[in-house]
Order: sequence, then structure tokens, then C-alpha cells
Amino acid sequence: MTTTRRELLATALTAAGAAVTPPLAAAQPHDHEHDHDPDHQALPSDVALRTKALESVLVAKGLVDRAALDALVDTYEHQIGPRNGARVIARAWLDGAYKQRLLKNAKAAIAELGYGGAQGEQMVVVENTAQVHNLVVCTLCSCYPWPVLGLPPVWYKSAAYRSRSVIDPRGLLREFGLELAADVEVRVWDSTAEVRYLVLPERPAGTENLGEAELAALVTRDAMVGVSRVGASHEGAHA
Amino acid sequence: MNGVHDMGGMQDMGPVRPEKNEPVFHAAWEGRVFAMYIAIDGDWPRGSGRYQRELIPPADYLRMSYYERWLTSLSELLIKSGMVTRTELETGVAQGGNTKDRHMLRVDEVAPMIAAGGASTRDVPLAAKFHEGQRVRAHNINPAGHTRLPRYARGKQGTIVRDHGVHVFNDSFVQGLGEKPQHLYSVRFAARELWGPQAATTDSVYVDLWDDHLDAA
Repeated sequence: MTTTRRELLATALTAAGAAVTPPLAAAQPHDHEHDHDPDHQALPSDVALRTKALESVLVAKGLVDRAALDALVDTYEHQIGPRNGARVIARAWLDGAYKQRLLKNAKAAIAELGYGGAQGEQMVVVENTAQVHNLVVCTLCSCYPWPVLGLPPVWYKSAAYRSRSVIDPRGLLREFGLELAADVEVRVWDSTAEVRYLVLPERPAGTENLGEAELAALVTRDAMVGVSRVGASHEGAHA
Repeated sequence: MNGVHDMGGMQDMGPVRPEKNEPVFHAAWEGRVFAMYIAIDGDWPRGSGRYQRELIPPADYLRMSYYERWLTSLSELLIKSGMVTRTELETGVAQGGNTKDRHMLRVDEVAPMIAAGGASTRDVPLAAKFHEGQRVRAHNINPAGHTRLPRYARGKQGTIVRDHGVHVFNDSFVQGLGEKPQHLYSVRFAARELWGPQAATTDSVYVDLWDDHLDAA
């Protein structure tokens, strides 16, 4: 888009009563750190303006409601995220019957804790053991179990992760700091359909006396994707 | 389509770079694009946004950030379906109204919509072509349109490990060719079958594939 078109857009948006576009530098706080990484490429300077233009048009046409958009953003920023999945994992560690239900019918067992819906219409939980390590990817796109993990991080959607996870899972896991023994079986789950996968990590040693909330605090998003293990002390599922 | 989106097995894409304390959205516009795509009652088959992203030219696809691809694909779908015009998107000024009479999602409908989701399963009494434990071979196909059969699994032999039930066949549906519901399976491919002797004998890749992707091996 040319500067001229950007100016035209900005003028039109002001005329349409749209909120003043924030300085692009402020809207893209991370670009300067990743100028040479395709998945963090500096955005074209017009992308925030294009979004404003699209929203203005859709609102004016009665196709979207700004309050509904606000609610959607708030839901995935503050309500639906990996804390949900961490609760599921902690429950499975403490309750053998629940774990069996989870492995047999993940959707129903996860619904027992109140989670489900969009991008989790069918879910499968795969269990890590001393002999089996599971890893989840979507090589074609970005499929991810939203009800239990929220929206995927940038690295999960990156070309680097999507390309290597299936051909070199051990090398990839090594980059995440996880060195697997040669006799451990690696199972990579490529989410090519509408089934969403969640890893049930191994419960760490030394956690025998912890309760459900304390255990859930140890469970990380990365462990539930399968790129790390759960440690006996960790910063928790926000990482 | 043998597009750049079909990345499984490509090499030299660089290291994976996790970001510490990553925000859900890196800028406000990303959240707006996400929300508009979810909220819009599009006049197109569910899942078309994904196919539309695959149609982004490879060099652009790799250059764009994730949500820029969403913005681009949503804009194209809106234009193709006649819900907005390119001029409207270029100027930010609406010329006409809700010409297709699409539903506008209200704020009180957001939580119920997320909770309901949109199941791709279909309650159709269709016999499964394959059973658990059966050896199968994925088709060797190179369709110009949308497919969920990744290149790395084409022509390869695997084993059915789970029947996921009857699902909409996305290869057909997002191209406007009907739902063609059929059984979906988790198929285990030995890593050595996919990648040769460089892969560990212990390892495997599980791919979800439909009846129409498979033959008995």
C-alpha cells in the first residue's frame, strides 16, 4: 500500500468517526526484536490501518457489533487459556478414574470441569510415560485445543515448528531443552482434521503431597503441547 | 494444493523461538482481526478462511505474520462473497448495508456461540471402510485445491489406530463441493516409512485422514 493510500485511509477513517489510529510503533511493540525472523517479520505499516478500515466497514454495514468483538477479545485474553488445561491434568493425576475417562473420551471428561466448545468439539488426550513421549503439531495450519489451552503461541504457528516437528522431533525437543533417551518412543500428532490433541504429561516425582491447585500450578502450556516436561517446581501454565 | 502452507518435513526454516510471557495478541489490531473472523456470519462454507490463507502466494505467506494472513483471507472472502467491496475496504467507508442479510452477532450471543462450537461430526449411519489395526496406504494425490492429506504422508503406508467417527470431509466442503461425510481415522505412520533411515525406529507420526484419502494396503 502506498503512502498516499494510507493517508486516504486515515482520512476516511477519521471522517467515518473511527477511533484515532495509535502510532504504529506502539501497536507493534515486538517487531524491532525479530526483524529477520519470518514469523516475527516487521509488519507492513498499513496492517493496523487495514484492520481499522475493515472494522469500520463491517460495523457500518451491520455485520459486526463492536461490543461483541470486545467480548471475543476479552474471552481469549482473560478467560480461556492454559489454566483450564492445567486443571484437567491435575485432576487426572489425582483421580485414576477421571484419568481413565479422560483418555477414553476426552471431550466428556473435560466437560466435567466445565470446558468445551469452539475448537474443542472433539478432543483426544494422549499420555506421556517413561517410555512414550507425545508431541502435538498442526503442520498445515494452526489447529490447537482452544477450550483447554486458549489460542496458540506464535512459535506453535511458526514455519520452524510446523516443518521440523514431524521430521526431526528429537532435535526440536532438544532445542526446547528436552533430551529424550533413544529407547523412548516419540509420537507426533499432526492435527490435520477437526480433532484437537492435548498431552497428559507425567506427574513429577516429589509431588505426592500436593493438592489439586498446587499441582495445576506446576503444569505448563508447553508440557501440554509436548515440548517440555512438568518439573516439581515451575512458574506455571502461563509460560 | 502443494502450497507453502504444507510445511511438514521442510528443512532450514530456522530455530523455534519461544517468547517468554507471550501475550495472546501482540497488538490491538490482531485481536480485532481474530474477533471479526470469529464473529462474522460469512456467506461461505465454514473453514473457508483456512483455504483462503492457503491461496496466499508463497512469498507473501512466509513474509506475513499469522494475523496478517487472517486479515488478508477474511478480506478476500468478504469481497468474493459480495458482502463488501474492495473499494469499501480501501477507503474504510461503507457504500451499502448488510446486502446479504447476514446475522450480526450480539454481545450476549458470544459466550453461547463459543460454548456451542461447530461440530464437524455428522450423525450419519455410514459403515467404516477401515478398522483399527488395518494397514492402509494414503493416496498419492496432488490436487490443485484444498486437502488435509499432507505431502509427507502421500503414498505412504500406515496403520489405523482409532476411528474418530463420521466427519465432514473438508477437502470437499470448503471448495463448495458438499460435506461428503465419511469416517475419519487416526493413522499411524512409522517415522522410517516417512523419512527413511535417518528417523528413529521407535518413532511415529499420527495423521488424521478420511476414507477418501486411504486404500487398504
